[in-house]
Amino acid sequence: MSDAAIQYNEDVVKKFVIAAIFWAVVAFLVGVVLAGQLAWPVANLGLPFTNFGRLRPVHTSAAIFAFGGSALFATSFYIVQRTCRARLFGGEALANFIFWGYQFFIVMAALSYVMGFSQGQEYAEPEWHLDLFLTLIWVLYGVVFIGTVLMRKEPHIYVANWFFIAMILTIAVLHLGNNSAMPVSLFTAKSYNVASGVQNAMIQWWYGHNAVGFFLTAGFLGMMYYFIPKASGRPIYSYRISIVHFWSLVFMYIWAGPHHLHYTALPDWTQTLGMAFSIMLWMPSWGGMINGIMTLSGAWDKLRTDAGLRFSVTAVGFYGMSTFEGPVMSIRGVNALSHYTDWGIGHVHSGALGWVAFISFGALYYLVPVLWKRERLYSQKLAAWHFWIATLGIVLYITSMWVAGIMQGLMWRAYDQFGFLQYSFSESVMAVHPYYVIRFTGGVFFLLGSLIMVYNMIQTVRSPTTARPAAEPQTGLPIGTAMAGA
Amino acid sequence: MPTKIEKDSISGQLTTGHEWDGIKELNRPLPKWWVYIFVATVIWSGVYFVLYPSIPGISGYFHGLLGYSTRDTVEADVAAVVKQRSVYMDRIAALPYDAIRRDRQLLAVAETAGRIVFADNCQPCHGAGGGGSPGFPALAAGNWLWGGKLADIETSIVFGIRGGHDNARQSAMPRFGVDAMLKPDEIQAVADHVMVLYGKSTVGSPAGAKIFAENCVACHGDAGQGNREVGGPRLASRTHLNADDRATVVGQIANPRMGVMPHWNTRLDQATIKSLTLYVHALGGGE
Ligand code: HEC
Ligand code: HEC
Ligand code: HEM
Repeated sequence: MSDAAIQYNEDVVKKFVIAAIFWAVVAFLVGVVLAGQLAWPVANLGLPFTNFGRLRPVHTSAAIFAFGGSALFATSFYIVQRTCRARLFGGEALANFIFWGYQFFIVMAALSYVMGFSQGQEYAEPEWHLDLFLTLIWVLYGVVFIGTVLMRKEPHIYVANWFFIAMILTIAVLHLGNNSAMPVSLFTAKSYNVASGVQNAMIQWWYGHNAVGFFLTAGFLGMMYYFIPKASGRPIYSYRISIVHFWSLVFMYIWAGPHHLHYTALPDWTQTLGMAFSIMLWMPSWGGMINGIMTLSGAWDKLRTDAGLRFSVTAVGFYGMSTFEGPVMSIRGVNALSHYTDWGIGHVHSGALGWVAFISFGALYYLVPVLWKRERLYSQKLAAWHFWIATLGIVLYITSMWVAGIMQGLMWRAYDQFGFLQYSFSESVMAVHPYYVIRFTGGVFFLLGSLIMVYNMIQTVRSPTTARPAAEPQTGLPIGTAMAGA
Repeated sequence: MPTKIEKDSISGQLTTGHEWDGIKELNRPLPKWWVYIFVATVIWSGVYFVLYPSIPGISGYFHGLLGYSTRDTVEADVAAVVKQRSVYMDRIAALPYDAIRRDRQLLAVAETAGRIVFADNCQPCHGAGGGGSPGFPALAAGNWLWGGKLADIETSIVFGIRGGHDNARQSAMPRFGVDAMLKPDEIQAVADHVMVLYGKSTVGSPAGAKIFAENCVACHGDAGQGNREVGGPRLASRTHLNADDRATVVGQIANPRMGVMPHWNTRLDQATIKSLTLYVHALGGGE
């Protein structure tokens, strides 16, 4: 099996791992600042570039694209090489260009937001010149990834790679679709989307929902399909589920976007479409959950000793929860209550913190010792602390937002006996204040957890206690790492 | 690589024979419950497509057997609420203020309506309960710019102030600094005098008092008591439209910041405006 001749490109993986950890802290920190601003408006500081409106896209982009994206690049480059037994296609220089190009894009995007530039498409705020640059990076990413798959020495393509390919192709199409805009002039960072009105809204949410579906779901499922079987040492629960849920997931997702536009100018038939496909998406999503969690059968005891695996498996639990909640929220009648409230924010974050961040933490705890050729993680105990603090943070975050959201929804629709609104909007703002404070506290916990992770990672790389004994270089490593490097 | 199907000792299932980096897969069939629920959601969607607006065509779309439409639903909901309100609102619209005030039930409805409409439309500028904020007058303090009788309040709401409506209340304080009507030191002097009227200073300025008498009394009154004809604020007062520090006063004299109040006659119906008027009047400053 082992093919000692292949020299995997681990350098670029390491770079993306460091970037993912760095951006995680940045994204959570800005998230905590935003949560503070919503609870205590003075925290806006009265300056334009510290205003909530400009910092919000910094947070969402830092969380999704900088942290999530770097984690995806790191894991996909790692996984594709191992599961294809092929070195990364295109050579060092190309891989490095992708790394630095992507980081450059992130920094420029964040700067442009705080300076007040935005094309006003959510999660696609960067103006046209940055969009063009990102297109280049993404195409090169596709070339490297698919090139590696084509050069594989395995007869079949592993399921993780199906998901990564689906992500790369679909994100490319989404990015081009939602960013089709006409620049005002070659020298201004201002453009207008080719679609306007409800067409623009529809394209935006076709993009927005599939950014969730293909970036935050498919990509991270790819991650799950490698690290859970590796860390647990168990075979994938069901290959047939893999096939059926992969194809049904990618087919259903692409239609579900209109559920973001219920009760708007969007025609009723389009709303129906979005709702029906969201309901049908439930089982395809849960296929991934079954394969993720049930792969552990026979190795449940590992959850007690391996905090990284605990992150991954809990992540799958949150994935299952959000992918049930999503279809429920897409039902027109439920959406009438939940839309425009903090319930949506709670839903996003049970996915974002519970699924995306946790599955990434699981992968990072696995990867750092392997990549830096350490015997083990510096401290399982600290990782366990991270796990519990972060979990507490998520629970505080999502429960407070559920309560706040449902309360808002009920207050907004309450009429008195004469037929007048019972509560003003500002009363609903005052009513959610305590929950905003709880959310802030949850965010602080989540941030603290990530700082514990940073310390643990630095110590794993640095501390002499984790060095591999020179004589037996491979003891105590997870199965499969024997193939790492030369 | 040759496929090698094995039996997993823990689950008893066969593998697919593929292996990647040590990862194998079990060839386990799909869980039945999974298949059943999946099929059920597909069938449910099919039925939903038949009952509700779904398939688009060239010049329209299939409206579904139930004839459901979000637009019709919202229109019906709005009509129901309007009908519910009209029980009292029609009478509020028809009756004069005196009659409404004599009818306790009607007054209660008017003040309920006024409270919520105020909180959703006026509070952003005038503050909760009409407490006011710098540049936006307090409505509960009794220190009126244009008048605190029911009719005055109604006029302010209906046509607005400098808001572009033909019947809007109009007036403009001259730009004494920008248009060089007063010299900088004269502005400082008259500001000293205003600070005395505000009760924030005891050192007056005889020169300032003179400038005030020559330039300001038409709109602010000879003792700074204000002039409602032109919405000239009372300066001899402890509550003010703008902030009450000297720099703001100097700024106002040099380049007045003339506030704009939108007109509401195109946004709110007559009964609602009357309710609002009664509510504002009852906030504490009504005359
Ligand atoms: C955009 C801000 C704004 C909104 C919204 C607003 N107002 Fe005003 N309003 C003003 C300003 C500014 C003035 C003072 C104008 C001036 O300088 O004469 C004013 C003046 C008034 C006055 C006259 C006060 C006096 O002392 O004579 C009344 C009465 C009033 N508003 C009621 C309302 C009501 C009722 C609403 C809600 C339907 C409302 N306003 C909404 C800005 C606003
Ligand atoms: C043509 C009428 C007019 C004249 C003349 C005039 N004002 Fe005014 N002044 C107004 C009006 C109207 C306002 C209210 C401004 C607003 O609505 O924003 C006002 C506001 C003010 C205020 C702010 C009051 C507050 O409560 O915050 C000050 C101070 C003031 N004037 C001082 C002066 C002085 C000093 C002069 C003479 C040098 C003067 N005004 C001349 C019409 C006038
Ligand atoms: C410490 C952790 C975090 C905190 C405190 C936090 C806080 C916030 C806040 C306050 C908002 C704005 C809510 C509003 O506008 O009402 C927000 C929005 C958002 N966050 Fe986070 N966040 C955190 C982590 C994350 C992560 C890890 C992700 C994704 C991987 C993420 C994705 C998003 C998204 C997509 C939105 C926009 C939601 C919408 O528009 O409906 N967040 N977050």
